[in-house]
Amino acid sequence: MELSDSVLQHLRAVVDLPDFGGTRYELEGEIGRGGLGAVYAAFDRQLQRRVAIKVLDGEEEARVIAGLEHPAIVPIYDAGTLPDGRAYYAMKLVSGERLDRYPRGDVPLSERLRLVERVGEAVAFAHTRGVLHRDLKPQNVMVGSFGEVYVMDWGVEGVAGTPQFRAPEQASGAAALDHRADVYALGALLRFVLPADPPRMLRAIAAKAMEPNPADRYGDVPALLRDLQRFQNGQAVEACPDSRWQRTRRFAVRNQVLLLLLAAFVAVKFFLFFVRRL
Amino acid sequence: MNKIVTGIVFGAVLGFLDGATAWFTPEVRPVIGGILVGSSIKGLLVGLLSGWFARKVNSMKWGIVFASVVGLLFAFGIALMQGNHYLEILLPGFVTGAIIGFLTQRAGAPSKQTV
Repeated sequence: MELSDSVLQHLRAVVDLPDFGGTRYELEGEIGRGGLGAVYAAFDRQLQRRVAIKVLDGEEEARVIAGLEHPAIVPIYDAGTLPDGRAYYAMKLVSGERLDRYPRGDVPLSERLRLVERVGEAVAFAHTRGVLHRDLKPQNVMVGSFGEVYVMDWGVEGVAGTPQFRAPEQASGAAALDHRADVYALGALLRFVLPADPPRMLRAIAAKAMEPNPADRYGDVPALLRDLQRFQNGQAVEACPDSRWQRTRRFAVRNQVLLLLLAAFVAVKFFLFFVRRL
Repeated sequence: MNKIVTGIVFGAVLGFLDGATAWFTPEVRPVIGGILVGSSIKGLLVGLLSGWFARKVNSMKWGIVFASVVGLLFAFGIALMQGNHYLEILLPGFVTGAIIGFLTQRAGAPSKQTV
């Protein structure tokens, strides 16, 4: 009996799928694959809802994420062990696009920065819990259909990172990474989402976050986010100090209504002063 | 500092400065003290009303319009009492009101919401 190519392909795919027998989940199919494991869509028979399930070799990642309750971190519903001994955890199934596939063509700059800020807030929160992401990149950020942002694939010890988004000390295999490795990756993420010809100050912010020497980067993620906020408020950013002329110009732009009113007051006084002399 | 206090402080200071420019008019120099007090009180009252308005309405445009009109009305009252110098009192009163309106909208904490 001959098997057609499509049947063979199907059999191969089915063989690769993990066995969820004995769990409450009904497997639907693979939706992604990362360095630490594959992610599947599944149906939770008990709660009658679709979930995403990540199958991996250890339970560390599940424990790490379970300790991070944040609006921009995908919540974990359940964790367990498959019949073949591998660990899995079930999480919210996010409908949306990965940031690397997110259509950025017509997205305004403010929206691009909002995405980075949401990611940064999640990473900053994780840092306060002593957790580093270690592999922050667009492929690990989901943008939901309502604009919600989720940071996924929280790294565990030993993750090598992704070259384009990896801090030099991480690439060199430094034993003790700290939160500044994530600052670097967030800077790379910022550079990734920026349009082709971004404002000078945003380029400077990304460049400061991506300094090869960790000591030259922002001290932490909130410092980077504050600089992004300053940029959006029309203020000078730490990464690119203004000259005196630029400071004056920025002040004038920010306070143009007040300056116009004060100028009107002075003009009225001068006008009245000269009218009296006529 | 809440918006009413902000309005009172800025209003009094701007009113004082407005009155102080009367020093450049030699014929009114002898009564400069009275002008300073009157102008400061006028500014203070405009600031008070503008601060109250800013607590109710969060709009730069309407804040400036309201304070300008109030400033103009107070200036008109003073000009009526004086019986002359209408232009010298009305014009600066109007512009000072606009500045106070701007400042009360921009500065000062909004009123506390209670549940």
